[in-house]
Amino acid sequence: MTGTLPERFATWFGSRGWTARPHQLDVLAAALGGEDVLLIAPTGGGKTLAGFLPSLSELAATPREGLHTLYVSPLKALSADVARNLVVPVTDMRLDISIETRSGDTTADRRKRQRETPPNILLTTPESLAVLLSQPKSEEFFAPLRRVVIDEVHALAGTKRGDQLALCLARVAALAPGMRRIGLSATVAHREAIRRYVAPHARIIEVAGGAAPEIGMILPAGRLPWSGHMGLFSTPEILDRIRLATMTIVFVNTRAQAELVFQELWKLNFETLPIAIHHGSLEMAQRLRVEAAMSAGTLRAVVATSSLDLGIDWGSVDQVIQVGAPKGVSRLLQRVGRANHRMDEASIALLVPANRFEVLECEAAIAGVAAHELDGDAPKPGGLDVLAQHILGCACAAPFHPDALFDEIRRAAPYDALAREDFDATLAFVENGGYALQAYEQYRKLFRDSEGLLHVMSDRVMRLHRMNIGTIVEAPVLKVRYGGRGGGTLGEIEEYFVNMLVPGDTFMFAGRLLLFQRLRENVVEVTDGGTGEPKVPAYAGGRMPMTTNLASRVRAMLNTPSLWAAFPEPVREWLELQQKRSAMPGRDDLLVETFPRGDRWYLVAYCFEGRNAHQTLGMLLTRRMERFGMQPLGFVATDYVLATWSASEPTDIDRLFEQDMLGDDLEAWMDESSMLRRTFRNVAVIAGLITRNYPGMEKNRRQVTVNSDLIYDVLRKHQPGHILLRATRADAASGLTDIGRIAEMLGRIAGRVHHVILSRVSPLAVPVLLDIGRESVRTEGSDEALLEEAALVAEATGEAEPPPLRMHPSHRANLSPKRNSRQGRLFG
Amino acid sequence: MTSAPLHIAGERLMLDPAGALHWPAQRILVVSDLHFEKGTSAAARGSLLPPYDTRETLVLLSQLIRKYGPRHVVCLGDSFHDAKGSSRLQASDLARLTQLTIETDFIWVLGNHDPLPPVGLSGTAVDEHKVGPLVFRHEAQAGRVMGEISGHFHPKATVPVRGTQVCRPCFIADGYRMMLPAIGAYTGGLDVRDVAIGSHFPRGGRVFLLGRERLYSFPIAPSRPNAGAKREYPEPVLTRG
Repeated sequence: MTGTLPERFATWFGSRGWTARPHQLDVLAAALGGEDVLLIAPTGGGKTLAGFLPSLSELAATPREGLHTLYVSPLKALSADVARNLVVPVTDMRLDISIETRSGDTTADRRKRQRETPPNILLTTPESLAVLLSQPKSEEFFAPLRRVVIDEVHALAGTKRGDQLALCLARVAALAPGMRRIGLSATVAHREAIRRYVAPHARIIEVAGGAAPEIGMILPAGRLPWSGHMGLFSTPEILDRIRLATMTIVFVNTRAQAELVFQELWKLNFETLPIAIHHGSLEMAQRLRVEAAMSAGTLRAVVATSSLDLGIDWGSVDQVIQVGAPKGVSRLLQRVGRANHRMDEASIALLVPANRFEVLECEAAIAGVAAHELDGDAPKPGGLDVLAQHILGCACAAPFHPDALFDEIRRAAPYDALAREDFDATLAFVENGGYALQAYEQYRKLFRDSEGLLHVMSDRVMRLHRMNIGTIVEAPVLKVRYGGRGGGTLGEIEEYFVNMLVPGDTFMFAGRLLLFQRLRENVVEVTDGGTGEPKVPAYAGGRMPMTTNLASRVRAMLNTPSLWAAFPEPVREWLELQQKRSAMPGRDDLLVETFPRGDRWYLVAYCFEGRNAHQTLGMLLTRRMERFGMQPLGFVATDYVLATWSASEPTDIDRLFEQDMLGDDLEAWMDESSMLRRTFRNVAVIAGLITRNYPGMEKNRRQVTVNSDLIYDVLRKHQPGHILLRATRADAASGLTDIGRIAEMLGRIAGRVHHVILSRVSPLAVPVLLDIGRESVRTEGSDEALLEEAALVAEATGEAEPPPLRMHPSHRANLSPKRNSRQGRLFG
Repeated sequence: MTSAPLHIAGERLMLDPAGALHWPAQRILVVSDLHFEKGTSAAARGSLLPPYDTRETLVLLSQLIRKYGPRHVVCLGDSFHDAKGSSRLQASDLARLTQLTIETDFIWVLGNHDPLPPVGLSGTAVDEHKVGPLVFRHEAQAGRVMGEISGHFHPKATVPVRGTQVCRPCFIADGYRMMLPAIGAYTGGLDVRDVAIGSHFPRGGRVFLLGRERLYSFPIAPSRPNAGAKREYPEPVLTRG
């Protein structure tokens, strides 16, 4: 079915020398025919215009008042850009259509005016939509709505922001029954899930991918590194490529890597090419300056993290360089698509592997791109924390009946399988905390009237809720500012990193070398300069794990020696040597090598399940080894393998990797895991247990906020079945701990563990052994052991006195006064 | 749990890894910043935190009293999170606390969070409490004060070790004075590197991090010259512990 453009539009297209593309006309016809649509097209396919054509055409034919179309995108910058592009045809054709944006930056006056006189087309974000829906008059506002356009659906579905948007759209659908949806998505792995996310029966209109991207690989001159993830070896080659292109985005995987690559590039950048840095921790003003320079075409390169994955088209970008492992095919395609936003021309991209394993990963990703084998996890069920926030938002708009709200929520795709008992428990949490101890009658947020309708308790509850809408939770951060009054702010770094600094330390941030002066409240005061080896801010969770698909490809490549001929020579030799000395990891088995080295025994398991899963597995496995008397000493995890070392030889490997690992050990570990604590913090903030913003209390925010770790401990102890702890476990299964992936692997490899006992380290194990010491080897739950170690070091270096002798209390009185006075002198 | 001896103004004091101080010669147990009913206080502002914090803190306090059998318990202020805290105690918690205050003599040093004596509980409310060479007060005074035992700032310290770090509440002392960690279940901490604490220890000192079974002691450097400038400090900033 193909539609035709209204005459006025055809003329306008003609005046610009354009013709409407087939998919734009298809979308137009389907949408005007009253269908929901999912348009899947690669970047540069004129997707956004396709999404708006039906609305523009309707509004051109029958101008009217009130809200007609709502456009939602994950980025407010994108909304603003789309609005600017949309105004052009509307002005040119002199259409009577009002277009406005609304985001957290919109002034209060303007927001008020928008509520009173809504524009025909409103462009906004999921958060701003949630705020709109929590307003008492949202019913009138949304009633005339005819269409919702959801941009970048692939970036929203499966995330908490996506959950929030789905809930909001279910609400909007109830307020405006005639509303139809158009989803715009990049090519995705899980088409059906994305379709369901947009609407159950959405018609899929797919544009075949334009020219295939040209992806190459850059290897460093000389030796191919065995380990490391930063890719700094290849800086000269990267700079050469930057010189050859007009505008390059150098994508990296972490903010720390961005800082390092940026520094290295500038060390060699003798002709001072304008090269900038862009990542999520930098001050917004600085990021905007970089983006403006990109638009103006005054930059030659920008080193960026995922902060530039999405966003508006930078027309002049003609080359993308990915430094470090690509991690996934879809992610690579997304990044590659940032170059050359025209469908019919090939995007050009270069991959820079940082070590041998990453060469394999790059080869696998290039093959995956060629085979159009997209990856990424399927969207998971919606979070109960987001549901809690939504329920309170609904109550703020109007009283509701739980049965009706439950039905409405089940119409949001992420919640289509929501159990009534989970809904009820979440509702109880919103009402009064949902605690076994009924302590909060006087503080309840909702009350029930005689007809069973739930009302919000007070204006205060509403105000507080609206101030705290949103599902993006930042890690605790501190501002970085130049010392002295009026010193400029450079951005924010994680408190975790600051805790490792002592005054006088040097660190790299915002592309500068900074000297840590002191900490004052939530500000890190710095000056320029400093000497010695600089530290690089590490960001917890900054690294994403390799996708399952890519992992299988790497595994398959290892098992197909005929493919090796195409690999760089050092890689080929490396693999051949592995085959000779040990064995190759099989497609479906688990290769485990054990060997002695020095006075330790090493165990290397080739799981290929990604870093998060390997870290969790490392915690569980070392606990288990402890119980089996193998005296584990530590472990290190990469995306590919897990290595442990122990005082005794690990034996009975089958038993070690049995599925019951996820039983008792998991429970015990959950008590201590910092990953779960971090997950709980996010859940608690989103659900509204921890309030981020209080009216008029911006300044004292940190004083009124209770540490989520303390809440976690108390709640686990007194009410382990609380709904937020359940939500935390559900999140942990796929997120930071990736327990789901471990469970799958343990099932798959049961009875198929291939144990190879070696007399020395195998070639394939070298990279992970080199990571020992470089990577933080945090065996969770052993804070005490770490403290013990630190105290021991302090004693040995004469910084501390030994701890008092442990003795029976009755003997304590016998402590010689002499010894006591010696202890006392320390502090005089 | 192994407590560690320490001398302040010549008096031998025992530091308990749970965050309390015992003075054997006087049979005085000292705890600081209990912040009872911090949970309900947050609830009144709209955060319905798990209402189990007072119970948790009381269990700890009872254990300490059982362990040391003190004649007096000195609470160094901010025993309740706000002035009306004592009126919000759950019946069971109130009974438990009442029992404790009947069995042992409580000295309620008043803090900024609880400027008024707790209603309906036994004990003596004071602004500061002097015994021998030691003075117990809520907030440390400026300048060099011999024998001062205080709370208020909720000191915590971070020890970097092997590429990671361990962060714990801690005692901080220099032989003249000592600050106790906050002991309440929902109390966070202020980093000892913050100038608000550092300015009271211009010549450095030692921190004693609370461990599960024992304390871990580390030296801290004198505060930097420009960090010691005198100024009015705000309320302690309760960061993540």
